[in-house]
Amino acid sequence: MNEVERTVPATEEGRSLTVRIWRGAQDGEFVSYAVPWRANQTVLDVVTEIQRRIEPALAYRFSCRVGVCGSCAMTVNGKPRWTCRSHVGHVHEDGVLTLEPLRNLPRIKDLVVDMSGFFDKWQQAGGRFSGTATRHDPPAAVDPYSRKRRLADAAIECINCGVCHAACDVVAWKPDYLGPAALNRAWTLVNDERHAGARDTLKRALADGGCCACHTQGGCMAHCPLGLSPTGSIAGLKRLALLEFFKGGR
Amino acid sequence: MGLRSADRHQAYLAFLGHRISGLALAFFLPLHFLVLGLALEGQARLDGLLAFAAMPAVKAAEWALVVLLALHLGLGLRLLAVEFLAWPGARGARLHWIGRAAGFALSVGLVFLWSILRG
Amino acid sequence: MDLRLFMLQRLTAAVLGPLVLVHLGLILHAVRGGLTAQEILARTQDNAWWMAFYGLFVVAAAVHAGIGVRNVLLEWLRLPRRLGDALGLLFGAALLVLGVRAVVAVGGAWA
Repeated sequence: MNEVERTVPATEEGRSLTVRIWRGAQDGEFVSYAVPWRANQTVLDVVTEIQRRIEPALAYRFSCRVGVCGSCAMTVNGKPRWTCRSHVGHVHEDGVLTLEPLRNLPRIKDLVVDMSGFFDKWQQAGGRFSGTATRHDPPAAVDPYSRKRRLADAAIECINCGVCHAACDVVAWKPDYLGPAALNRAWTLVNDERHAGARDTLKRALADGGCCACHTQGGCMAHCPLGLSPTGSIAGLKRLALLEFFKGGR
Repeated sequence: MGLRSADRHQAYLAFLGHRISGLALAFFLPLHFLVLGLALEGQARLDGLLAFAAMPAVKAAEWALVVLLALHLGLGLRLLAVEFLAWPGARGARLHWIGRAAGFALSVGLVFLWSILRG
Repeated sequence: MDLRLFMLQRLTAAVLGPLVLVHLGLILHAVRGGLTAQEILARTQDNAWWMAFYGLFVVAAAVHAGIGVRNVLLEWLRLPRRLGDALGLLFGAALLVLGVRAVVAVGGAWA
């Protein structure tokens, strides 16, 4: 235990919370902080308190604080999750929180990772929408009850927080694997009748490092804070892969 | 840096069970084939090995392999269903099949045990 | 490459499913009363159905296991891709040779 211990002066009587935070980049160490236990606080509140009151140099990301933007995801006691929607009372273990940056992405400083590889994979998976209509055309009339639209709708709410990417072992094992978020995005576009590049998106999703690398471990589905199912989206792509394979496309 | 094993969930355990049983079977297969190939050298050689295989420890390993084969089959069928059949819902990963696969493997193991002991 | 191996893995799995089920049934039937070479060979030798069944079994298992071992080598041992490919292929080929030899030995009409 060569961990540094730093404490905030107690503002409330009684319990305190021990927060072990990763400091540094790829190389670094855990530093322990003690903050007052409060009945209602999120993990993000705790990180903010530490940064404001003890460690001004602590780096972390957040924006909306209410589960809309997807920028505050970290590893909390070994699980990737949104810190803004994680109540300390639900996630602490014997009064201890261990906070690390998201797995499977390069660490920049403290709790901040470099997300650029994650977003690059969205592009590699053909995740960019391309339409054919112009602003002078009427809006596309998409039947919300059509089979394809329902499939796309089930996966569309993703906000790119990176939790599933961090939860996936295949991403850890195979650096060129596109990952659940990018493939989930590809699945929504393949099912979007307005998307002009559906063939290209499918081709990219079926290429090396695409859906065929998935082992259905279901980590993405188990950890998605929105309750989405990238596992299901990837399975959908695999069904299309089967069709492509028998059509002799490859 | 990895996720902790305690945080693993059912579908991940299914993956591990499938992969480890598959690996065990892959290691066993060459031996299995070599032993059967002994028939080329006459029944006596094969019988010699079958006597070896009747030893309790070897029989126990054989039992384990039969169970692993049944487990690999059961989990593999789930995988085929999850990957190639339409899902019952957006999050319907047929998790209850995992328990069924394990139950199937155990039943096969019990019948195997019963067959041996009954003689 | 990934797509082809993935599909080959699933197709062989679909073939192996019923074969393994029958194989398990045969095992459970055969182990009663212990195994002797005489007993096994009497059932199997010069039996075209047996040869066809286990011939198909060996081919499918060799492909299936070869691809599976390749995945493990690449993912768990982090071998370079080409090395993993080569070792997986080698393993599958060895299984095929040994398996065909075993099928001929046990099911052939040579005795």
